[in-house]
Amino acid sequence: MALQSGADQPGADESRADEASPDVVLEARGITKRFPGVLANDTVDFALRRGQVHCLLGENGAGKSTLMNVVFGLYQPDAGELLVRGEPVRFRSSADAIAAGIGMVHQHFQLVPVMAVWENVVLGDELTRGPLLDRGAARARIAELSERYSLAIDPDAVVGELSVGAQQRVELLKALFRDADILILDEPTAVLTPQEVDGFFEIVRSLLDRGISVVFITHKLREVLAVADEVTVLRGGKAVGRADPRTATQGSLATLMVGRDVSFEVDKAPAEPGAVVLRVVDLTVADDRGVPTVSGLELQVRAGEIFGVAGVEGNGQRELVEAITGIRPSVSGSVAIGGTDVTGWNPRRIADLGVGHVPEDRSKDGLVGPFSLADNLVLNRYHRAEFSRRFVVRRDAVRRNAERLVADFDVRTTGVDVPAGTLSGGNQQKLVIARELSADLSLLIVAQPTRGLDVGSIEFIHRQIVARRDEGVAVLLVSAELDEVLSLADRVGVLYRGRFAEVLDREEATRRRCGMLMGGADQHAEEVA
Amino acid sequence: MSEPGRRDPPGRGLASRLIETYFRAAPVTVPIYAVLTAAAVGSLVILAVGSNPVDAYGALLSGAAGSPGAIAGTLARSTPYIIAALAVAFGFKAGLFNIGAEGQLLMGALAAAWVGSSPALAGLPAVAYLPLVLMAGAAGGLLWGGIPGVLKARTGAHEVIVTIMLNAIALGAVAWVVTSPDPVLLLDTTASVPHSRPMAASARLPELIAGSGLHLGFVVALALCAVVWFVLERTTLGFEIRTSGVSPNAARYAGMSVPRIIILVLAAAGALAGIGGAGEVSGGPNGYLTPGLLRNIGFDSIAIALLARANPFAIIPAALLWGGLLSGAPLMQLRADLSLDLVLIIQALIILFVAADAIVRFLFRVRRPKRDDELGEQAIFAKGWGV
Repeated sequence: MALQSGADQPGADESRADEASPDVVLEARGITKRFPGVLANDTVDFALRRGQVHCLLGENGAGKSTLMNVVFGLYQPDAGELLVRGEPVRFRSSADAIAAGIGMVHQHFQLVPVMAVWENVVLGDELTRGPLLDRGAARARIAELSERYSLAIDPDAVVGELSVGAQQRVELLKALFRDADILILDEPTAVLTPQEVDGFFEIVRSLLDRGISVVFITHKLREVLAVADEVTVLRGGKAVGRADPRTATQGSLATLMVGRDVSFEVDKAPAEPGAVVLRVVDLTVADDRGVPTVSGLELQVRAGEIFGVAGVEGNGQRELVEAITGIRPSVSGSVAIGGTDVTGWNPRRIADLGVGHVPEDRSKDGLVGPFSLADNLVLNRYHRAEFSRRFVVRRDAVRRNAERLVADFDVRTTGVDVPAGTLSGGNQQKLVIARELSADLSLLIVAQPTRGLDVGSIEFIHRQIVARRDEGVAVLLVSAELDEVLSLADRVGVLYRGRFAEVLDREEATRRRCGMLMGGADQHAEEVA
Repeated sequence: MSEPGRRDPPGRGLASRLIETYFRAAPVTVPIYAVLTAAAVGSLVILAVGSNPVDAYGALLSGAAGSPGAIAGTLARSTPYIIAALAVAFGFKAGLFNIGAEGQLLMGALAAAWVGSSPALAGLPAVAYLPLVLMAGAAGGLLWGGIPGVLKARTGAHEVIVTIMLNAIALGAVAWVVTSPDPVLLLDTTASVPHSRPMAASARLPELIAGSGLHLGFVVALALCAVVWFVLERTTLGFEIRTSGVSPNAARYAGMSVPRIIILVLAAAGALAGIGGAGEVSGGPNGYLTPGLLRNIGFDSIAIALLARANPFAIIPAALLWGGLLSGAPLMQLRADLSLDLVLIIQALIILFVAADAIVRFLFRVRRPKRDDELGEQAIFAKGWGV
């Protein structure tokens, strides 16, 4: 793919700038951004008009945040050009973008919790009087901005004591304080309650009334229809469509967002489900901050079937898996495996029941990088009689096990003694798959089994998972890739806000229906659409 | 370039293999270079104060290893450092920074002095008494290591803070128990300089070579190195310890109980240090405990464990270097007319160059590993401090 050199040629830029319609304040043309192994943005065009909200809609990994990080100067594009108010610009850092009047509110706030609001707002852009901070002027300015945009923020409040919604308004203040008139909001509602979302939309409208333009990044269909003036849909790094929110429906947006083409066909016979192996009843689990991200969830997985969990990440997938495998305690409810209530059991006892677990973060949880392949292949089995005798590890048995698994699962390596961390991502994942799938299993839990892998590894791992199903193992598959869930699963549960919005048979689980449920659309809206 | 390829011409293949070997040996060579660099900087200091480095180092060397007696003295001097550094290294392997060897040594020494001088046990034969004294030392250290272990596992209290505080408590407690005239606890009331009751003859570790000061504790220290190595590298417990040291997340995922490992490792490290303390009281020339007997041994052991990169066998040469510097210093002072403190400066420089290994790697052109994974256990040191 040839690099476009337009950004380096001022002449070309001027001629194009003339074509831009006068009220376009921010325009991206042909933006391409590559990361090792990933084309995050592929010749994306995008234009924001003055006083409007332009929604960037797309699934996880569609390239929304990458595009906006390019616009905000955090990434340098490999090709393409940016125009602000018709003028071509090149941002070397976010400082350049801020100077051009662009402000960004990140999904994860960049605030110092122990400092006051006014201190957070001026941080890095302090008003001074001689060598001293001009405290009074800063606070007066913040109070005035807060008043003008109805933000209701006390400049002297300590940030750590504010609600999440108020902290978000402090982030807005930071941008407004620097005279931003183009605001980029990255998934701003992800952290808000429904009531706070309504209030937040009010604020956005008051910003628009005063001539500020907003880029709104989201994957929630309802919000797009509620707030957008214009919509650009990204999928797989490409801008695949534009929509007019006055005529679009949640259904039409979902179709655009998740696409139609099924990319991975997996050969598999119809499932022959047997007895229920995993039974989860009224389960509530809290995340690390103590917020319940799984609430009242019900789930049954039968022997010989693959139950696929679809959903946007952060809807409780991680907590669900960790609660079933005993890594994270549950708040309430129960988990039973093979008829045994395992609620509150430790991970070792649960694994010894014949539960395999491929964790979503292989390098952090599933492997010990500096340890050899051989050691990693017994990471959770070294204590069994097969691999140790009277507390002494049987090194010959560990080694033979490794040589057999490396061959069976086609792990490409120079030997079983090399550190696991030196393998490629695909081979690391095969290592984890080899360990977990080679056990004597009744239940297999796989989370994001093919994230970041090449097509060959993906196919191999998919075949292995289906093979275990055919042997009568109950499989719980969690994936942020809807394609993966649809190509493997026999039943699909769409996880939304900590419970299944719906559990569908594979035949009912169309991409569009799943996409809408993932975005929080209710089914009635879909029937109308 | 470094791909040890079969396609390389034979000549270049050999050269690049040699270079590869040079870099791969970095865990061993970098500490050695650090020692050499420290000696070089030390010689600048010697020159600056108007002495001859060759004479000074010559005297240091012959004081440390110039005669059978000097060698025995060095070995004797190194004994407590070996055991205490083992206690620190054991913690490192589990990702824990056991800064409390000093206090654990003291508590072990106190328990050993008490048991070894107890009137109730007088007359016990050495076969029974010596193990009892060492076990008492282990118990004292185990208690002092177990406290931070339990506190960290149950409440998350950082082991660095807790062990520092426990060091201070141990220092005060030992001073009081040993020197308090009223009530008399362990004070030898007949002594002019306050110290503990003398230990029974059968509670004293015998000398290996009569009159040399080198006692059975040295053999115990070597044996403990082998035991610790075996536990870490060959047992299921060692696998758990190393896993939770490198990646607590993976340990949890694999069904290991990280809190249990924390308690176990810190208690065992304390017990090791306690044995070291007991050995010094029981095998030392005096046969009694004074508050200053073990001063700084626990702290220096941190440096030795770092120099040895927490490898149980590498601790032996590292501790011998330490003991040699200390036991050779008086002769250097005598012959080269230098302060004893010069040795402390060299010791400090060694640690400086081990800690700031970028300097050494630059000087000797040792490439830094490209991936963290290749760093292996080295990464643990960094982890012990933070989190």
